[in-house]
Amino acid sequence: MRRRRVRVAYWLLIPGLVWLILFYVIPTVSMLSISLQEGSPERGFEFTWNLGIYPEVLARNSVQLLRSGLYGLIVTIATMLIAYPLAYTIAFRGGRWKNVLLFMVILPFFVSFIIRTLEWKFLLGDEGIVLGTLKDWGVLGPGYYLLGRPIAVLGGLIYNFLPFMALPLYVALEKIDRSLLDAANDLYSSRASAFWRVTFRLSLPGVFAGSLLTFIPAVGDFINAEFLGGPDTTMIGNVIQLEYLTNNDYPEAAALSFVLMAGILLAVTLYARILGTEELTG
Amino acid sequence: MSADVAVAERPIEARAAPPPKVARRRRGWFLPVYTGVVVAYLFLPIGVMILFGFNDLQGPRGFNVTWEGFTLRHYSNVFDFPDLTSALKNSLLIAAASTIVATALGTMIALALTRHRFRGRGGTNMFIFLPMATPEVVLGASLLSLFVSMSVARGFVTILIAHIMFNISYVVVTVKARTQGFNAEWEEAAKDLGATPWTAFWTVTFPLISPGILAAAVLAFALSVDDYVITLFNAGSTLTFPLWVAGASRFGVPPEVNVMGTILFFAGVILAVASVLFQRGRYRDAPQEIGPPVAGTGFAG
Repeated sequence: MRRRRVRVAYWLLIPGLVWLILFYVIPTVSMLSISLQEGSPERGFEFTWNLGIYPEVLARNSVQLLRSGLYGLIVTIATMLIAYPLAYTIAFRGGRWKNVLLFMVILPFFVSFIIRTLEWKFLLGDEGIVLGTLKDWGVLGPGYYLLGRPIAVLGGLIYNFLPFMALPLYVALEKIDRSLLDAANDLYSSRASAFWRVTFRLSLPGVFAGSLLTFIPAVGDFINAEFLGGPDTTMIGNVIQLEYLTNNDYPEAAALSFVLMAGILLAVTLYARILGTEELTG
Repeated sequence: MSADVAVAERPIEARAAPPPKVARRRRGWFLPVYTGVVVAYLFLPIGVMILFGFNDLQGPRGFNVTWEGFTLRHYSNVFDFPDLTSALKNSLLIAAASTIVATALGTMIALALTRHRFRGRGGTNMFIFLPMATPEVVLGASLLSLFVSMSVARGFVTILIAHIMFNISYVVVTVKARTQGFNAEWEEAAKDLGATPWTAFWTVTFPLISPGILAAAVLAFALSVDDYVITLFNAGSTLTFPLWVAGASRFGVPPEVNVMGTILFFAGVILAVASVLFQRGRYRDAPQEIGPPVAGTGFAG
Protein backbone atom coordinates (compact mmCIF):
# COMPACT_ATOMS: atom_id res chain seq x y z
CA MET A 1 0.00 0.00 0.00
CA ARG A 2 2.70 2.44 1.04
CA ARG A 3 4.89 1.58 -1.87
CA ARG A 4 1.96 2.13 -4.23
CA ARG A 5 1.33 5.58 -2.77
CA VAL A 6 4.97 6.51 -3.26
CA ARG A 7 4.77 5.39 -6.87
CA VAL A 8 1.66 7.54 -7.35
CA ALA A 9 3.58 10.51 -5.94
CA TYR A 10 6.35 10.09 -8.48
CA TRP A 11 3.89 9.82 -11.36
CA LEU A 12 2.23 13.03 -10.19
CA LEU A 13 5.58 14.80 -10.02
CA ILE A 14 7.20 13.64 -13.23
CA PRO A 15 5.35 15.65 -15.92
CA GLY A 16 5.73 19.02 -14.19
CA LEU A 17 9.29 18.41 -13.07
CA VAL A 18 10.29 17.26 -16.56
CA TRP A 19 8.91 20.53 -17.93
CA LEU A 20 10.88 22.55 -15.40
CA ILE A 21 14.04 20.55 -16.06
CA LEU A 22 13.71 20.96 -19.82
CA PHE A 23 12.85 24.65 -19.79
CA TYR A 24 14.40 25.96 -16.58
CA VAL A 25 17.38 23.80 -15.57
CA ILE A 26 18.71 22.99 -19.03
CA PRO A 27 18.40 26.63 -20.21
CA THR A 28 20.34 27.71 -17.12
CA VAL A 29 23.07 25.17 -17.90
CA SER A 30 22.98 26.21 -21.54
CA MET A 31 23.40 29.83 -20.47
CA LEU A 32 26.37 28.87 -18.29
CA SER A 33 27.95 27.16 -21.26
CA ILE A 34 27.27 30.15 -23.53
CA SER A 35 28.89 32.48 -21.01
CA LEU A 36 32.11 30.50 -21.40
CA GLN A 37 32.12 30.68 -25.19
CA GLU A 38 33.94 33.08 -27.45
CA GLY A 39 33.06 34.35 -30.89
CA SER A 40 30.61 36.61 -32.64
CA PRO A 41 27.14 36.18 -34.08
CA GLU A 42 28.58 36.18 -37.61
CA ARG A 43 31.37 33.64 -37.11
CA GLY A 44 29.57 31.54 -34.54
CA PHE A 45 30.53 30.78 -30.96
CA GLU A 46 32.99 28.24 -29.65
CA PHE A 47 33.27 26.81 -26.17
CA THR A 48 36.66 27.81 -24.76
CA TRP A 49 36.31 27.71 -20.95
CA ASN A 50 36.58 31.48 -21.13
CA LEU A 51 36.30 32.06 -17.38
CA GLY A 52 38.04 35.39 -17.85
CA ILE A 53 34.76 36.84 -19.07
CA TYR A 54 33.44 37.06 -15.52
CA PRO A 55 35.98 39.57 -14.17
CA GLU A 56 35.68 41.37 -17.52
CA VAL A 57 31.90 41.84 -17.38
CA LEU A 58 32.13 42.76 -13.70
CA ALA A 59 34.59 45.51 -14.49
CA ARG A 60 32.76 46.70 -17.60
CA ASN A 61 29.35 46.87 -15.92
CA SER A 62 30.25 47.68 -12.33
CA VAL A 63 28.35 50.96 -12.46
CA GLN A 64 25.12 49.35 -13.66
CA LEU A 65 25.49 46.44 -11.22
CA LEU A 66 25.99 48.74 -8.25
CA ARG A 67 23.16 50.98 -9.42
CA SER A 68 20.77 48.03 -9.69
CA GLY A 69 21.67 46.86 -6.20
CA LEU A 70 21.30 50.38 -4.83
CA TYR A 71 17.95 50.95 -6.59
CA GLY A 72 16.71 47.57 -5.33
CA LEU A 73 17.66 48.54 -1.79
CA ILE A 74 16.09 52.01 -1.98
CA VAL A 75 12.90 50.60 -3.52
CA THR A 76 12.63 47.89 -0.85
CA ILE A 77 13.06 50.37 2.00
CA ALA A 78 10.76 52.99 0.46
CA THR A 79 7.96 50.51 -0.29
CA MET A 80 8.26 49.18 3.26
CA LEU A 81 7.99 52.66 4.77
CA ILE A 82 4.96 53.42 2.58
CA ALA A 83 3.29 50.00 2.86
CA TYR A 84 3.72 49.31 6.58
CA PRO A 85 1.34 52.00 7.88
CA LEU A 86 -1.06 51.08 5.06
CA ALA A 87 -1.05 47.37 5.90
CA TYR A 88 -1.24 48.19 9.61
CA THR A 89 -4.28 50.41 9.14
CA ILE A 90 -6.09 47.84 6.99
CA ALA A 91 -5.31 44.99 9.39
CA PHE A 92 -6.05 46.80 12.68
CA ARG A 93 -8.48 49.52 11.73
CA GLY A 94 -10.00 48.18 8.50
CA GLY A 95 -13.13 46.80 10.12
CA ARG A 96 -15.87 46.31 7.58
CA TRP A 97 -13.77 48.06 4.90
CA LYS A 98 -10.96 45.53 5.06
CA ASN A 99 -11.89 43.67 1.89
CA VAL A 100 -12.56 46.83 -0.10
CA LEU A 101 -9.24 48.34 0.96
CA LEU A 102 -7.34 45.17 0.08
CA PHE A 103 -9.04 45.18 -3.28
CA MET A 104 -7.90 48.79 -3.78
CA VAL A 105 -4.33 47.77 -3.00
CA ILE A 106 -4.33 45.09 -5.71
CA LEU A 107 -6.24 47.27 -8.18
CA PRO A 108 -3.06 48.13 -10.15
CA PHE A 109 -2.69 44.42 -10.96
CA PHE A 110 -5.76 44.70 -13.16
CA VAL A 111 -3.79 46.97 -15.46
CA SER A 112 -0.92 45.62 -17.50
CA PHE A 113 2.51 46.28 -15.90
CA ILE A 114 3.68 47.90 -19.10
CA ILE A 115 0.66 50.22 -19.32
CA ARG A 116 1.02 51.29 -15.68
CA THR A 117 4.64 52.24 -16.32
CA LEU A 118 3.72 54.07 -19.52
CA GLU A 119 1.05 56.06 -17.68
CA TRP A 120 3.72 57.26 -15.26
CA LYS A 121 5.83 58.32 -18.22
CA PHE A 122 2.79 60.24 -19.43
CA LEU A 123 2.12 61.74 -15.99
CA LEU A 124 5.72 62.81 -15.43
CA GLY A 125 6.33 64.09 -18.96
CA ASP A 126 8.21 67.39 -19.35
CA GLU A 127 5.05 69.20 -20.43
CA GLY A 128 2.67 66.63 -18.93
CA ILE A 129 -0.16 67.07 -16.48
CA VAL A 130 2.00 67.46 -13.39
CA LEU A 131 5.08 69.31 -14.58
CA GLY A 132 3.24 71.30 -17.24
CA THR A 133 0.76 72.60 -14.68
CA LEU A 134 3.44 73.44 -12.14
CA LYS A 135 5.39 75.25 -14.86
CA ASP A 136 2.30 77.25 -15.86
CA TRP A 137 1.86 78.27 -12.25
CA GLY A 138 5.47 79.33 -12.14
CA VAL A 139 6.29 76.89 -9.34
CA LEU A 140 8.93 75.24 -11.50
CA GLY A 141 11.26 76.75 -14.06
CA PRO A 142 10.54 76.03 -17.74
CA GLY A 143 13.55 73.73 -18.03
CA TYR A 144 12.64 71.45 -15.13
CA TYR A 145 12.27 67.74 -15.92
CA LEU A 146 11.89 64.41 -14.12
CA LEU A 147 11.99 61.76 -16.86
CA GLY A 148 15.45 60.34 -17.34
CA ARG A 149 16.41 61.07 -13.75
CA PRO A 150 16.86 58.41 -11.04
CA ILE A 151 13.86 59.79 -9.16
CA ALA A 152 11.53 58.89 -12.06
CA VAL A 153 12.86 55.33 -12.30
CA LEU A 154 12.70 54.88 -8.54
CA GLY A 155 9.18 56.32 -8.51
CA GLY A 156 8.04 53.85 -11.15
CA LEU A 157 9.66 50.92 -9.35
CA ILE A 158 8.16 51.95 -6.01
CA TYR A 159 4.70 52.28 -7.53
CA ASN A 160 4.88 48.96 -9.36
CA PHE A 161 6.14 46.92 -6.39
CA LEU A 162 4.18 48.57 -3.58
CA PRO A 163 1.40 45.90 -3.59
CA PHE A 164 4.04 43.13 -3.41
CA MET A 165 5.22 44.65 -0.15
CA ALA A 166 1.81 45.59 1.24
CA LEU A 167 0.14 42.17 0.85
CA PRO A 168 2.60 40.00 2.83
CA LEU A 169 2.81 42.72 5.49
CA TYR A 170 -0.98 42.69 5.76
CA VAL A 171 -1.10 38.89 6.03
CA ALA A 172 1.48 38.92 8.85
CA LEU A 173 -0.19 41.79 10.73
CA GLU A 174 -3.64 40.28 10.34
CA LYS A 175 -2.46 37.06 12.01
CA ILE A 176 -1.30 38.80 15.19
CA ASP A 177 -3.32 37.82 18.21
CA ARG A 178 -4.85 41.07 19.49
CA SER A 179 -4.93 39.78 23.07
CA LEU A 180 -1.12 39.98 23.10
CA LEU A 181 -1.42 43.74 22.66
CA ASP A 182 -3.99 43.91 25.43
CA ALA A 183 -1.60 41.93 27.61
CA ALA A 184 1.22 44.37 26.83
CA ASN A 185 -1.15 47.18 27.72
CA ASP A 186 -2.17 45.52 30.97
CA LEU A 187 1.48 45.15 31.85
CA TYR A 188 1.94 48.93 31.56
CA SER A 189 3.72 48.88 28.25
CA SER A 190 3.59 52.18 26.43
CA ARG A 191 1.91 52.17 23.00
CA ALA A 192 5.25 52.67 21.28
CA SER A 193 6.98 49.84 23.07
CA ALA A 194 3.98 47.53 22.60
CA PHE A 195 4.18 48.24 18.89
CA TRP A 196 7.92 47.74 18.72
CA ARG A 197 8.16 44.67 20.96
CA VAL A 198 4.95 42.88 19.98
CA THR A 199 3.43 44.05 16.71
CA PHE A 200 6.60 44.73 14.78
CA ARG A 201 8.37 41.58 16.02
CA LEU A 202 5.43 39.42 15.03
CA SER A 203 5.19 41.04 11.60
CA LEU A 204 8.81 40.18 10.71
CA PRO A 205 7.85 37.20 8.51
CA GLY A 206 5.80 39.64 6.44
CA VAL A 207 8.70 42.09 6.34
CA PHE A 208 10.96 39.30 5.08
CA ALA A 209 8.51 37.97 2.46
CA GLY A 210 7.65 41.47 1.25
CA SER A 211 11.32 42.42 0.95
CA LEU A 212 12.08 39.39 -1.20
CA LEU A 213 9.02 39.90 -3.39
CA THR A 214 10.09 43.50 -3.95
CA PHE A 215 13.89 43.33 -4.03
CA ILE A 216 14.32 40.43 -6.47
CA PRO A 217 12.11 41.74 -9.29
CA ALA A 218 13.22 45.35 -8.69
CA VAL A 219 16.94 44.54 -9.06
CA GLY A 220 16.32 42.65 -12.29
CA ASP A 221 13.78 45.09 -13.72
CA PHE A 222 14.54 46.98 -16.92
CA ILE A 223 11.12 48.25 -17.94
CA ASN A 224 11.03 51.19 -15.54
CA ALA A 225 14.56 52.22 -16.49
CA GLU A 226 13.71 51.83 -20.17
CA PHE A 227 10.54 53.92 -20.14
CA LEU A 228 11.18 56.38 -17.32
CA GLY A 229 14.95 56.56 -17.26
CA GLY A 230 17.79 57.88 -19.32
CA PRO A 231 21.46 57.10 -19.97
CA ASP A 232 22.32 57.74 -16.31
CA THR A 233 19.80 55.28 -14.90
CA THR A 234 20.67 52.16 -16.90
CA MET A 235 20.20 49.04 -14.81
CA ILE A 236 21.73 45.62 -15.25
CA GLY A 237 18.51 44.28 -16.81
CA ASN A 238 18.80 46.88 -19.56
CA VAL A 239 22.35 45.77 -20.31
CA ILE A 240 21.37 42.08 -20.43
CA GLN A 241 18.46 42.88 -22.73
CA LEU A 242 20.59 45.07 -24.98
CA GLU A 243 23.45 42.59 -25.24
CA TYR A 244 21.11 39.70 -25.92
CA LEU A 245 18.50 41.16 -28.22
CA THR A 246 20.27 44.05 -29.95
CA ASN A 247 24.02 43.40 -29.91
CA ASN A 248 23.68 39.59 -29.96
CA ASP A 249 26.67 39.38 -27.64
CA TYR A 250 25.41 36.19 -26.03
CA PRO A 251 28.46 35.34 -23.85
CA GLU A 252 28.49 38.78 -22.22
CA ALA A 253 24.72 38.73 -21.58
CA ALA A 254 24.83 35.19 -20.22
CA ALA A 255 27.72 36.00 -17.88
CA LEU A 256 25.90 39.10 -16.65
CA SER A 257 22.78 37.07 -15.97
CA PHE A 258 24.81 34.75 -13.76
CA VAL A 259 26.41 37.65 -11.95
CA LEU A 260 22.92 39.05 -11.31
CA MET A 261 21.63 35.73 -10.01
CA ALA A 262 24.67 35.23 -7.78
CA GLY A 263 24.35 38.76 -6.43
CA ILE A 264 20.69 38.26 -5.57
CA LEU A 265 21.38 34.90 -3.94
CA LEU A 266 24.14 36.47 -1.84
CA ALA A 267 21.97 39.41 -0.80
CA VAL A 268 19.03 37.18 0.14
CA THR A 269 21.22 34.82 2.16
CA LEU A 270 22.77 37.72 4.03
CA TYR A 271 19.36 39.22 4.72
CA ALA A 272 18.01 35.90 6.00
CA ARG A 273 21.02 35.65 8.34
CA ILE A 274 20.43 39.12 9.70
CA LEU A 275 16.74 38.54 10.34
CA GLY A 276 17.30 34.99 11.58
CA THR A 277 14.63 33.70 9.26
CA GLU A 278 15.05 30.03 10.06
CA GLU A 279 13.14 30.73 13.25
CA LEU A 280 10.77 33.15 11.56
CA THR A 281 9.38 30.97 8.83
CA GLY A 282 9.85 27.72 10.70
CA MET B 1 -21.38 52.38 -0.58
CA SER B 2 -25.02 52.65 0.35
CA ALA B 3 -26.28 53.23 3.84
CA ASP B 4 -28.90 50.47 3.75
CA VAL B 5 -26.19 47.87 3.19
CA ALA B 6 -24.41 49.12 6.26
CA VAL B 7 -27.56 48.87 8.34
CA ALA B 8 -28.45 45.45 7.03
CA GLU B 9 -25.04 44.06 7.91
CA ARG B 10 -24.85 45.40 11.40
CA PRO B 11 -26.18 42.33 13.23
CA ILE B 12 -23.53 40.06 11.67
CA GLU B 13 -20.79 42.51 12.51
CA ALA B 14 -22.02 42.80 16.08
CA ARG B 15 -22.18 39.07 16.51
CA ALA B 16 -18.67 38.33 15.35
CA ALA B 17 -16.88 41.42 16.58
CA PRO B 18 -14.66 41.06 19.66
CA PRO B 19 -15.99 42.63 22.86
CA PRO B 20 -15.79 46.41 22.54
CA LYS B 21 -12.52 47.92 23.63
CA VAL B 22 -12.88 50.77 26.04
CA ALA B 23 -11.49 54.13 24.98
CA ARG B 24 -8.05 52.69 25.76
CA ARG B 25 -6.98 52.54 22.12
CA ARG B 26 -6.94 56.04 20.73
CA ARG B 27 -8.40 56.39 17.27
CA GLY B 28 -6.38 59.00 15.45
CA TRP B 29 -7.27 60.49 12.10
CA PHE B 30 -3.78 60.24 10.65
CA LEU B 31 -3.75 56.58 9.59
CA PRO B 32 -7.13 56.61 7.81
CA VAL B 33 -6.20 59.77 5.91
CA TYR B 34 -2.80 58.33 5.05
CA THR B 35 -4.45 55.14 3.76
CA GLY B 36 -6.77 57.20 1.60
CA VAL B 37 -3.81 59.08 0.13
CA VAL B 38 -1.91 55.87 -0.71
CA VAL B 39 -5.00 54.30 -2.29
CA ALA B 40 -5.48 57.45 -4.39
CA TYR B 41 -1.81 57.24 -5.43
CA LEU B 42 -2.29 53.61 -6.46
CA PHE B 43 -5.32 54.61 -8.50
CA LEU B 44 -3.71 57.67 -10.14
CA PRO B 45 -2.24 56.05 -13.30
CA ILE B 46 -5.37 53.90 -13.68
CA GLY B 47 -7.56 57.01 -13.61
CA VAL B 48 -5.32 58.69 -16.18
CA MET B 49 -5.56 55.61 -18.39
CA ILE B 50 -9.37 55.57 -18.25
CA LEU B 51 -9.66 59.33 -18.79
CA PHE B 52 -7.29 59.59 -21.74
CA GLY B 53 -9.03 56.79 -23.60
CA PHE B 54 -11.79 59.36 -24.09
CA ASN B 55 -9.48 62.14 -25.25
CA ASP B 56 -10.65 63.78 -28.47
CA LEU B 57 -7.22 63.97 -30.02
CA GLN B 58 -6.77 66.46 -32.90
CA GLY B 59 -3.01 66.47 -33.46
CA PRO B 60 -0.82 63.78 -34.98
CA ARG B 61 -1.43 60.24 -33.78
CA GLY B 62 0.67 59.17 -30.84
CA PHE B 63 0.97 62.48 -29.00
CA ASN B 64 -1.77 62.04 -26.44
CA VAL B 65 -0.56 64.62 -23.97
CA THR B 66 -3.23 67.20 -23.27
CA TRP B 67 -6.95 66.93 -22.75
CA GLU B 68 -8.78 68.07 -25.90
CA GLY B 69 -12.38 67.13 -25.21
CA PHE B 70 -14.50 64.03 -24.77
CA THR B 71 -15.07 61.42 -27.45
CA LEU B 72 -16.09 57.78 -27.68
CA ARG B 73 -14.53 57.37 -31.09
CA HIS B 74 -11.48 55.43 -29.85
CA TYR B 75 -13.84 52.84 -28.44
CA SER B 76 -15.59 52.29 -31.76
CA ASN B 77 -12.28 52.26 -33.65
CA VAL B 78 -10.34 50.02 -31.30
CA PHE B 79 -10.66 46.82 -33.31
CA ASP B 80 -9.70 48.55 -36.56
CA PHE B 81 -6.02 47.99 -35.87
CA PRO B 82 -5.06 44.60 -37.32
CA ASP B 83 -1.87 44.36 -35.21
CA LEU B 84 -3.77 44.95 -32.00
CA THR B 85 -6.40 42.35 -32.79
CA SER B 86 -3.87 39.66 -33.66
CA ALA B 87 -1.70 40.55 -30.64
CA LEU B 88 -4.71 40.29 -28.36
CA LYS B 89 -5.69 36.98 -29.92
CA ASN B 90 -2.15 35.62 -29.41
CA SER B 91 -2.15 36.78 -25.79
CA LEU B 92 -5.48 35.19 -24.98
CA LEU B 93 -4.63 31.92 -26.77
CA ILE B 94 -1.25 31.65 -25.07
CA ALA B 95 -2.77 32.55 -21.70
CA ALA B 96 -5.55 29.98 -22.06
CA ALA B 97 -3.24 27.19 -23.24
CA SER B 98 -0.50 27.91 -20.71
CA THR B 99 -3.08 28.14 -17.92
CA ILE B 100 -4.55 24.74 -18.76
CA VAL B 101 -1.20 22.97 -19.03
CA ALA B 102 0.46 24.72 -16.08
CA THR B 103 -2.57 24.24 -13.84
CA ALA B 104 -2.67 20.51 -14.62
CA LEU B 105 1.08 19.98 -14.12
CA GLY B 106 1.28 22.27 -11.10
CA THR B 107 -1.74 20.77 -9.35
CA MET B 108 -0.28 17.30 -9.75
CA ILE B 109 2.98 18.44 -8.15
CA ALA B 110 1.08 20.18 -5.33
CA LEU B 111 -0.95 17.02 -4.67
CA ALA B 112 2.20 14.92 -4.54
CA LEU B 113 3.82 17.39 -2.14
CA THR B 114 0.90 17.72 0.27
CA ARG B 115 -0.53 14.21 0.28
CA HIS B 116 2.48 11.95 -0.12
CA ARG B 117 5.69 11.34 1.76
CA PHE B 118 8.55 10.40 -0.51
CA ARG B 119 12.29 10.76 -0.79
CA GLY B 120 13.27 14.11 -2.28
CA ARG B 121 10.19 15.93 -1.06
CA GLY B 122 12.11 18.74 0.64
CA GLY B 123 14.35 19.12 -2.40
CA THR B 124 11.33 19.32 -4.69
CA ASN B 125 9.82 22.02 -2.49
CA MET B 126 13.02 24.06 -2.78
CA PHE B 127 13.29 23.42 -6.50
CA ILE B 128 9.77 24.73 -7.12
CA PHE B 129 10.75 28.05 -5.53
CA LEU B 130 13.78 28.59 -7.76
CA PRO B 131 11.99 29.87 -10.91
CA MET B 132 10.06 32.36 -8.77
CA ALA B 133 13.26 33.62 -7.16
CA THR B 134 14.96 34.10 -10.53
CA PRO B 135 14.58 37.56 -12.07
CA GLU B 136 12.41 37.52 -15.17
CA VAL B 137 15.17 38.88 -17.35
CA VAL B 138 17.33 35.88 -16.43
CA LEU B 139 14.49 33.42 -17.07
CA GLY B 140 13.91 34.98 -20.48
CA ALA B 141 17.59 35.16 -21.35
CA SER B 142 18.34 31.58 -20.34
CA LEU B 143 15.44 30.16 -22.35
CA LEU B 144 16.62 32.20 -25.32
CA SER B 145 20.11 30.72 -24.80
CA LEU B 146 18.64 27.25 -25.15
CA PHE B 147 16.58 28.13 -28.21
CA VAL B 148 19.54 29.87 -29.85
CA SER B 149 21.96 27.05 -29.20
CA MET B 150 19.47 24.53 -30.58
CA SER B 151 18.53 26.83 -33.48
CA VAL B 152 14.85 26.80 -32.57
CA ALA B 153 12.89 29.57 -34.32
CA ARG B 154 11.17 31.87 -31.83
CA GLY B 155 7.45 32.44 -32.05
CA PHE B 156 4.09 31.37 -30.69
CA VAL B 157 5.29 27.96 -29.48
CA THR B 158 8.37 29.24 -27.69
CA ILE B 159 6.27 31.88 -25.89
CA LEU B 160 3.84 29.18 -24.84
CA ILE B 161 6.67 26.95 -23.54
CA ALA B 162 8.05 29.87 -21.53
CA HIS B 163 4.68 30.80 -20.03
CA ILE B 164 3.94 27.24 -18.95
CA MET B 165 7.40 27.11 -17.35
CA PHE B 166 7.02 30.23 -15.19
CA ASN B 167 3.38 29.47 -14.34
CA ILE B 168 4.00 25.97 -12.92
CA SER B 169 5.65 27.22 -9.72
CA TYR B 170 2.92 29.77 -9.02
CA VAL B 171 0.25 27.09 -9.48
CA VAL B 172 2.09 24.70 -7.14
CA VAL B 173 2.41 27.33 -4.41
CA THR B 174 -1.22 28.47 -4.71
CA VAL B 175 -2.75 25.00 -4.75
CA LYS B 176 -0.46 23.87 -1.93
CA ALA B 177 -1.60 26.75 0.26
CA ARG B 178 -5.22 25.69 -0.18
CA THR B 179 -4.67 21.94 0.25
CA GLN B 180 -2.35 22.09 3.25
CA GLY B 181 -5.16 21.75 5.78
CA PHE B 182 -6.93 19.15 3.73
CA ASN B 183 -8.10 16.15 5.66
CA ALA B 184 -6.87 13.00 3.88
CA GLU B 185 -9.12 10.84 6.06
CA TRP B 186 -12.18 11.79 4.03
CA GLU B 187 -10.70 10.18 0.97
CA GLU B 188 -9.72 7.14 3.04
CA ALA B 189 -13.31 6.94 4.27
CA ALA B 190 -14.57 6.89 0.70
CA LYS B 191 -12.16 4.08 -0.09
CA ASP B 192 -13.29 2.14 2.99
CA LEU B 193 -16.82 2.44 1.66
CA GLY B 194 -15.75 0.70 -1.51
CA ALA B 195 -14.75 3.56 -3.81
CA THR B 196 -11.77 2.99 -6.09
CA PRO B 197 -8.91 5.47 -5.49
CA TRP B 198 -9.83 7.12 -8.78
CA THR B 199 -13.49 7.57 -7.81
CA ALA B 200 -12.54 8.67 -4.30
CA PHE B 201 -10.28 11.34 -5.72
CA TRP B 202 -12.78 12.76 -8.19
CA THR B 203 -15.83 12.65 -5.92
CA VAL B 204 -14.26 13.64 -2.60
CA THR B 205 -10.87 15.29 -2.92
CA PHE B 206 -11.22 17.18 -6.16
CA PRO B 207 -14.39 19.13 -5.26
CA LEU B 208 -12.75 20.12 -1.96
CA ILE B 209 -9.56 21.45 -3.52
CA SER B 210 -11.19 22.94 -6.64
CA PRO B 211 -11.36 26.52 -5.21
CA GLY B 212 -7.57 26.40 -4.83
CA ILE B 213 -7.14 25.09 -8.36
CA LEU B 214 -9.43 27.81 -9.69
CA ALA B 215 -7.46 30.49 -7.84
CA ALA B 216 -4.23 29.10 -9.28
CA ALA B 217 -5.67 29.09 -12.79
CA VAL B 218 -6.81 32.70 -12.49
CA LEU B 219 -3.36 33.72 -11.26
CA ALA B 220 -1.66 31.80 -14.09
CA PHE B 221 -3.91 33.42 -16.69
CA ALA B 222 -3.24 36.89 -15.30
CA LEU B 223 0.53 36.35 -15.18
CA SER B 224 0.55 35.07 -18.74
CA VAL B 225 -1.56 37.87 -20.23
CA ASP B 226 0.59 40.49 -18.50
CA ASP B 227 4.03 39.04 -19.17
CA TYR B 228 6.35 41.31 -21.11
CA VAL B 229 9.93 40.49 -20.19
CA ILE B 230 10.10 36.73 -20.78
CA THR B 231 7.91 37.07 -23.85
CA LEU B 232 10.14 39.78 -25.31
CA PHE B 233 13.10 37.39 -25.25
CA ASN B 234 11.29 34.45 -26.81
CA ALA B 235 8.76 36.02 -29.17
CA GLY B 236 10.74 36.37 -32.38
CA SER B 237 8.41 38.44 -34.57
CA THR B 238 5.20 37.26 -32.88
CA LEU B 239 3.27 40.03 -31.11
CA THR B 240 1.44 39.66 -27.81
CA PHE B 241 -0.65 42.40 -26.20
CA PRO B 242 2.10 43.77 -23.90
CA LEU B 243 4.60 43.72 -26.79
CA TRP B 244 2.11 45.60 -28.95
CA VAL B 245 1.56 48.16 -26.19
CA ALA B 246 5.29 48.78 -25.86
CA GLY B 247 5.68 49.07 -29.62
CA ALA B 248 2.71 51.43 -30.03
CA SER B 249 3.83 53.72 -27.21
CA ARG B 250 7.28 54.82 -28.38
CA PHE B 251 6.30 58.52 -28.46
CA GLY B 252 3.49 58.71 -25.92
CA VAL B 253 0.52 56.58 -25.02
CA PRO B 254 -1.94 56.48 -27.95
CA PRO B 255 -5.65 56.47 -27.06
CA GLU B 256 -6.18 52.91 -28.22
CA VAL B 257 -3.66 51.64 -25.64
CA ASN B 258 -5.68 53.41 -22.95
CA VAL B 259 -8.92 52.07 -24.39
CA MET B 260 -7.70 48.45 -24.45
CA GLY B 261 -6.19 48.86 -20.99
CA THR B 262 -9.50 50.21 -19.71
CA ILE B 263 -11.53 47.40 -21.28
CA LEU B 264 -9.22 44.74 -19.83
CA PHE B 265 -9.20 46.53 -16.47
CA PHE B 266 -12.98 46.53 -16.14
CA ALA B 267 -13.27 42.98 -17.47
CA GLY B 268 -10.83 41.85 -14.77
CA VAL B 269 -12.51 43.85 -12.00
CA ILE B 270 -15.98 42.59 -12.94
CA LEU B 271 -14.75 38.98 -13.05
CA ALA B 272 -13.03 39.37 -9.67
CA VAL B 273 -16.08 40.91 -8.01
CA ALA B 274 -18.38 38.32 -9.57
CA SER B 275 -16.21 35.46 -8.31
CA VAL B 276 -16.16 36.97 -4.80
CA LEU B 277 -19.95 37.22 -4.82
CA PHE B 278 -20.24 33.68 -6.17
CA GLN B 279 -17.98 32.26 -3.44
CA ARG B 280 -19.94 34.14 -0.81
CA GLY B 281 -23.18 32.69 -2.08
CA ARG B 282 -21.70 29.22 -1.89
CA TYR B 283 -20.35 29.53 1.60
CA ARG B 284 -23.06 31.65 3.17
CA ASP B 285 -24.38 28.77 5.24
CA ALA B 286 -21.03 27.21 6.02
CA PRO B 287 -19.54 27.82 9.48
CA GLN B 288 -17.35 30.91 9.40
CA GLU B 289 -13.89 30.95 10.86
CA ILE B 290 -12.70 34.29 9.66
CA GLY B 291 -15.33 36.67 10.88
CA PRO B 292 -18.14 38.20 8.88
CA PRO B 293 -17.31 37.70 5.24
CA VAL B 294 -20.06 39.94 3.95
CA ALA B 295 -19.40 42.89 6.25
CA GLY B 296 -20.51 45.58 3.86
CA THR B 297 -17.78 45.51 1.25
CA GLY B 298 -20.30 47.35 -0.84
CA PHE B 299 -20.02 45.13 -3.89
CA ALA B 300 -23.51 43.85 -3.28
CA GLY B 301 -24.94 47.36 -3.05
